[in-house]
Amino acid sequence: MTENNFWLKKIEISVSEAEKRTGRNAMNMQETYTAYLIETRSVEHTDGQSVLTDSLWRRYSEFELLRNYLLVYYPHIVVPPLPEKRAEFVWHKLSADNMDPDFVERRRIGLENFLLRIASHPTLCRDKIFYLFLTQEGNWKETVNETGFQLKADSRLKALNATFRVKNPDKRFTELKHYSDELQSVISHLLRVRARVADRLYGVYKVHGNYGRVFSEWSAIEKEMGDGLQSAGHHMDVYASSIDDILEDEEHYADQLKEYLFYAEALRAVCRKHELMQYDLEMAAQDLASKKQQCEELATGTVRTFSLKGMTTKLFGQETPEQREARIKVLEEQINEGEQQLKSKNLEGREFVRNAWADIERFKEQKNRDLKEALISYAVMQISMCKKGIQVWTNAKECFSKM
Amino acid sequence: MGDYASAQSAEVLQKNISGLLCVFVPQQLQGDIQRLSHLLLDRALFCYQMLKPKKDLILPNGGTPAGTSSPASSSSLLNRLQLDDDIDGETRDLFVTVDDPKKHVCTMETYITYRITTKSTRVEFDLPEYSVRRRYQDFDWLRNKLEESQPTHLIPPLPEKFVVKGVVDRFSEEFVETRRKALDKFLKRITDHPVLSFNEHFNVFLTAKDLNAYKKQGIALLTRVGESVKHVTGGYKLRSRPLEFAAIGDYLDTFALKLGTIDRIAQRIIKEEIEYLVELREYGPVYSTWSTLEGELAEPLEGVSACIGNCSTALEELTDDMTEDFLPVLREYILYSDSMKSVLKKRDQVQAEYEAKLEAVALRKEDRPKVPADVEKCQDRMECFNADLKADMERWQNNKRQDFRQLLMGMADKNIQYYEKCLMAWESIIPLLQEKQEAK
Repeated sequence: MTENNFWLKKIEISVSEAEKRTGRNAMNMQETYTAYLIETRSVEHTDGQSVLTDSLWRRYSEFELLRNYLLVYYPHIVVPPLPEKRAEFVWHKLSADNMDPDFVERRRIGLENFLLRIASHPTLCRDKIFYLFLTQEGNWKETVNETGFQLKADSRLKALNATFRVKNPDKRFTELKHYSDELQSVISHLLRVRARVADRLYGVYKVHGNYGRVFSEWSAIEKEMGDGLQSAGHHMDVYASSIDDILEDEEHYADQLKEYLFYAEALRAVCRKHELMQYDLEMAAQDLASKKQQCEELATGTVRTFSLKGMTTKLFGQETPEQREARIKVLEEQINEGEQQLKSKNLEGREFVRNAWADIERFKEQKNRDLKEALISYAVMQISMCKKGIQVWTNAKECFSKM
Repeated sequence: MGDYASAQSAEVLQKNISGLLCVFVPQQLQGDIQRLSHLLLDRALFCYQMLKPKKDLILPNGGTPAGTSSPASSSSLLNRLQLDDDIDGETRDLFVTVDDPKKHVCTMETYITYRITTKSTRVEFDLPEYSVRRRYQDFDWLRNKLEESQPTHLIPPLPEKFVVKGVVDRFSEEFVETRRKALDKFLKRITDHPVLSFNEHFNVFLTAKDLNAYKKQGIALLTRVGESVKHVTGGYKLRSRPLEFAAIGDYLDTFALKLGTIDRIAQRIIKEEIEYLVELREYGPVYSTWSTLEGELAEPLEGVSACIGNCSTALEELTDDMTEDFLPVLREYILYSDSMKSVLKKRDQVQAEYEAKLEAVALRKEDRPKVPADVEKCQDRMECFNADLKADMERWQNNKRQDFRQLLMGMADKNIQYYEKCLMAWESIIPLLQEKQEAK
């Protein structure tokens, strides 16, 4: 494993190409899907030049499998999310088609980002399955399934909305869960409104394009004003078409936000796992406590609470001392076992909290850094849009002034 | 006496023109120009006839009509013969402004009046300054009077009486202000016109204390001016519009069409911008909401929110400016093209009348070479009309070019300002974002 880590540190990963393919699925039905070419290059020490090490094709479902595996094996880690399977939060001029080249291209970038996130994660980058994902084209799926990760997956986690009645929740995790809920809701709201803002902005620019045509038609009947109108019309055309690039750039910003929208879900997954662990722990403790009580009752012969056993004793008479001895012995064994289990669960829980919290801290730092960068790049986009706007209108003004 | 004096001064001018011609113009062209100057003189005299005040009219502003009327006519005559050199206003001697709208609530109706302030050094104004209040109806009356009394001229349009689209609050501040500007423009256009600005109705409109009294008085007297024009419609179809007027007609059709399109585009843009604004107003605060969840990111997110707020304000200013300054000018010119078409129609009628008379003469007395006097008069009138119309058209073209130049440059300026404000807002948050980044 450490060998892999050593290797991964000197490797560059890229998803360099996307290709539409047709094949047959498990049900032998024709299907169309997109395959992505993953290239890995190892960096030479001497001149810093990279040399192609390996390249292989993967489809989206394989990325999904990789992530599902990671989620099960690393419950304490905020596993990087995949880009969306279907385009969401798009403004209406953008295609929601999965095969749309722009969408495929944005997903290609998203998938590459996903791999880079794993590769740069201190724990995940050492994973063998991940290593094989990058290097072994055939039989990879089989290898993943052999790990038995699906058996390990706790089915209780799949019930998304089930809540476990935890008596003593960890305040930090409760807060974190609350935060991830809020984060998810605020980012999805933001994305929805941004899509509408983009729609309207598109409208404003494109309607200006109509000036281009009408100025040009009008210029035909004017003498002195003609030339000025004609060339101003040209600038209006330029203005109208400039919005396409602007909004395309903005889509990148939306993708950055979307990643964190999905990260919120990953964050919540960690919280839920913690919750579940706490639940198991409390259940075990409860079980142990009740067994201890039973044992004590048997030993002292008093029944503190109303129970079926108490009733049967009253109805059928007392057990023989031998029977009672045997039962106490069994219970004592169970209690011992339970105490051991509780101890290990407690240990496991503490270990989980420690690891999870470390990763959450790492995640928070990454989030702050990334989102700040995203905001800067968004501001830079807006600045460039304003500059373009000033340029076009200055040109148009120049034309008008010659009229 | 006034008639004689002005006719004389016109003659003097004609002589001067001939004198100048001898010096500068080759022989063969002189004949043409002589004829032109004759034409000019005829036209001037005709116009003078039309301007001549009715002697039996009592001006309600208390001025002395007989005393002021003569210099008025002669100066207008001279003005015409100066070939409209000073439309740029270097020698402007009449200033009119419309301001201070006031709402009047009576039992029967509610209406707005506007204050009209006139400053002038012209002799036909007794006082150097007048201030009267007029309502829309009065402007409408003035425009009708001008159309009647100056049938050969292009009368500037008034803003529409009612705004067709939707239920517009006629007493809202924006509506009143837009209308005030349009009425101001209307009077300024008349003031700048070398003939219309000397119209006596205009003078009364600017100065009379009680305009209604004058209105009642005028009804009987002034109906006959438009008479000749109305007279002709008796079935005679114009053979063909002269090429240049046909061209003007075609031009106006296309012009009105294109302007209509621009008007629709501009309205649509404003609509889109307002919808964009609505979304922006929701968009900014989402960043604020987000900032409450974050620690380190709180400030940058708050910054972006404030920045979007600033951009929204800039956008609102842009749409307001476009609504208040851009659309009304387009409307004015759309209405202008209608006024122009109606003058063109009147011209056609005058020509039709002349052609009908000429044909009748040709049928009756083919052997007689002399054309009867009324036909000649008719021809004069037509030529005069043509000359007036051409001059007005030229003036209009000039105004239009300047107005649109200003209008479109203004539109560009407003957009530049909008983008500059947004640019400033976004640039100001970059250091805020970067500083934090580096500090880490």
